[in-house]
Amino acid sequence: MGGKNKHRSYFQRLARYYLWFTACLGLFLAALAILENEGMPRQWIGYLYMFATIVLYAIIGVVARTSNVSEYYVAGRRVPALFNGMATAADWISAASFISLAGTLYLHGFDALAYVMGWTGGYCLVALLIAPYLRKFAQYTVPDFLAARYGGSSRHGKLVRALAVSATIVVSFIYVVAQIYAVGLIASRFTGVDFSVGIFLGLASILVCSFLGGMRAITWTQVAQYIIILVAFLIPTMWLSMKFAGNPVPQVAYGSVLPKLAKREAQLAVDPREQEVRAAFKARADEFGARLAALPQSWEAGRIEVQRRLDAARGRNASLGEVRNAERELIAYPRTADEAAHVWAEQRAANLARAQPPEPHVEPFPGKTREESDQRRNNFLALVFCLMFGTAALPHILMRAYTTPSVHETRVSVFWTLFFILLIYLTMPALAVLAKFDIYTSLVGSSYDTLPTWVSYWANVDKTNPLISIADINGDGIVQLAEIAIDGDVLTLATPEIGGLPYVISGLVAAGGLAAALSTADGLLLAISNALSHDIYFKMVDPGASTQKRVTISKLLLLAVAFIAAYVASQKPADILSLVGAAFSLAGSTLFPALVAGVFWKRANHQGAIAGMLSGFLVCVYYMLHTNPILGGNADNTWFHIAPISAGVFGVPAGLAMLAVVSLLTPAPSRESTGLVEYIRAPEEV
Amino acid sequence: MQTDSVLPSSPPPRERILAARALHWSRARRLILVLLGLWLATGFGTVFFARDLAHMSVFGWPLSFYLAAQGATLIYLAIIGVYAWRMRILDREFARMLRDGA
Repeated sequence: MGGKNKHRSYFQRLARYYLWFTACLGLFLAALAILENEGMPRQWIGYLYMFATIVLYAIIGVVARTSNVSEYYVAGRRVPALFNGMATAADWISAASFISLAGTLYLHGFDALAYVMGWTGGYCLVALLIAPYLRKFAQYTVPDFLAARYGGSSRHGKLVRALAVSATIVVSFIYVVAQIYAVGLIASRFTGVDFSVGIFLGLASILVCSFLGGMRAITWTQVAQYIIILVAFLIPTMWLSMKFAGNPVPQVAYGSVLPKLAKREAQLAVDPREQEVRAAFKARADEFGARLAALPQSWEAGRIEVQRRLDAARGRNASLGEVRNAERELIAYPRTADEAAHVWAEQRAANLARAQPPEPHVEPFPGKTREESDQRRNNFLALVFCLMFGTAALPHILMRAYTTPSVHETRVSVFWTLFFILLIYLTMPALAVLAKFDIYTSLVGSSYDTLPTWVSYWANVDKTNPLISIADINGDGIVQLAEIAIDGDVLTLATPEIGGLPYVISGLVAAGGLAAALSTADGLLLAISNALSHDIYFKMVDPGASTQKRVTISKLLLLAVAFIAAYVASQKPADILSLVGAAFSLAGSTLFPALVAGVFWKRANHQGAIAGMLSGFLVCVYYMLHTNPILGGNADNTWFHIAPISAGVFGVPAGLAMLAVVSLLTPAPSRESTGLVEYIRAPEEV
Repeated sequence: MQTDSVLPSSPPPRERILAARALHWSRARRLILVLLGLWLATGFGTVFFARDLAHMSVFGWPLSFYLAAQGATLIYLAIIGVYAWRMRILDREFARMLRDGA
């Protein structure tokens, strides 16, 4: 009874702290709003946000510093369910969710709902099949469980552990690079510092927190970060919803906007000026097609033409700008005929895409033929499948199951996790529809002389890779929908300005994006460094290490991994960023079969687990290499027309099947293993 | 029975623990199976029949869009909620069985 009281007073104390924190956040916003009114420049507001949030995370890190093993790895196993849910939600909502998901929904309509369904449905698998049993097992990492279940401290157990550690590191590293990349992007866009400086600023705030206090500091920072994410996302969306639907609850309100949007879409699809612009893009695509057909002569002719134009500009003493443009054109011209084939094919595809009329936002799987529509449906299903199984196998999420006081609290904590994720995810489709309606009705059809300021602001933020570009293709001085090219990433960041809110709110949204990226990066770095220090160093290299030494090693490894990840991110690796979606397929195919069979099938043995992990991984990687053009594959090689990102649709069943077949062909597992299964299945003594 | 009420602190016999555990596990497994069935039906049904449901509407939303954007995820939340609640009840029953030997 005493324990329960202590537990409750701890909960109340935490609740009080975070209420204070929320109140201070409100005061901070109000103060900034006043300062902006008084004429403080935008850049200073950006600096203040960066500075204030990083100081906040550092303070929490210093307060929660620890060198106790249990505190460092699992926050002392006393995080109440509600707060654990909030922290996991922050862990989960990555830069991609916060910044790109609303934009993806804007661009792809119904198809993008696969992300909403997949990323939430996965938590059913976490709750029902994995998390409570990991908590009952009560160790530190995911490889801990797999190693104990499949072979214990024997040679086999070590092999299983090594495989699980490798999977953890591969999956988490791809993911963490993307987070740090996003940190650099947000920091550089909002404060004007250089991209790599932004990365190292972000890195500093990740490190003070996770370096000093491990899981304990990360948990309490993530709760604060979740509050920032939520406020940052809800304020502008509620504002837009009030503006267009007269109802501040966007999740309910956008229903009334949908029919209006559909009507506008139908109008734009047949509008003669829109068709004119689309015809212009079609003509450009055809021109690239003609050049492609005439290779290699067309490449030769084109090069001579570009060179001639440069000479002409120099010859007639044209302005410096014109000469520069001609020079730039020559430099950008494909160097070989092969490169030309590649570049022109891409440009033809891009122009063809812009020549298409807009797809209706709410219509599921539009297609010219039933077959095409079926393919889109199957890809939707496959993507949902991969995202769900991947979610249920991501080490930095599963690690969270260990931090609550009891198995029951773990179950409740998964409920809260999904609840807090839904607060954001149910708003995303609403934001996409509201912003789309605004752009379709007030931007489209307006004159080029009166473009809203946010368009020119965001068009100039990233010169090499413009977030939004508008050009008067048919020269009528009026904006057509087909003339707008929008990058999905801009939508969330520009929402406050689209809705006409002051810059303070834009800064808040950026701080929210930063919080989303930092919280996820924290969790991932800890997952990687724990796998290295606990699973490799302590369990395999030096089992006699003192607890002090273990924590120190862990901190040093965290530092090293963080710097490597930051270095990789500063190289702007396009190929790694495109792999983030694939991380889900990899995690699901490799870890999910072994985790679930470990609890629900006593007959599963270490031979089966090893075979399952390897074959799941290999099938998944083979399919990606074979079909993803970025990785040197060919999109024509797909099986059943399934996109490479959904490789897990083949990997997970392959892993499960191999695990079952090999387990049945080899001897039953030891009594130790079955005893462990009995133990984790048994309920706690209440 | 008698000894239990006289000496409440004595541990319950091993067979009784095993029987209670087996019952708890079979009930838990059935619960998980039912909820997983619901989970599968929600996800698969929403997507597979999306085109047929698109013509119906709820509160102004086309049904398939509503389900994919909100309905399915709310069902997922309910599944996890029901699971935590039912498992709590099963855990308590297990504790009661050990105590009373029912």
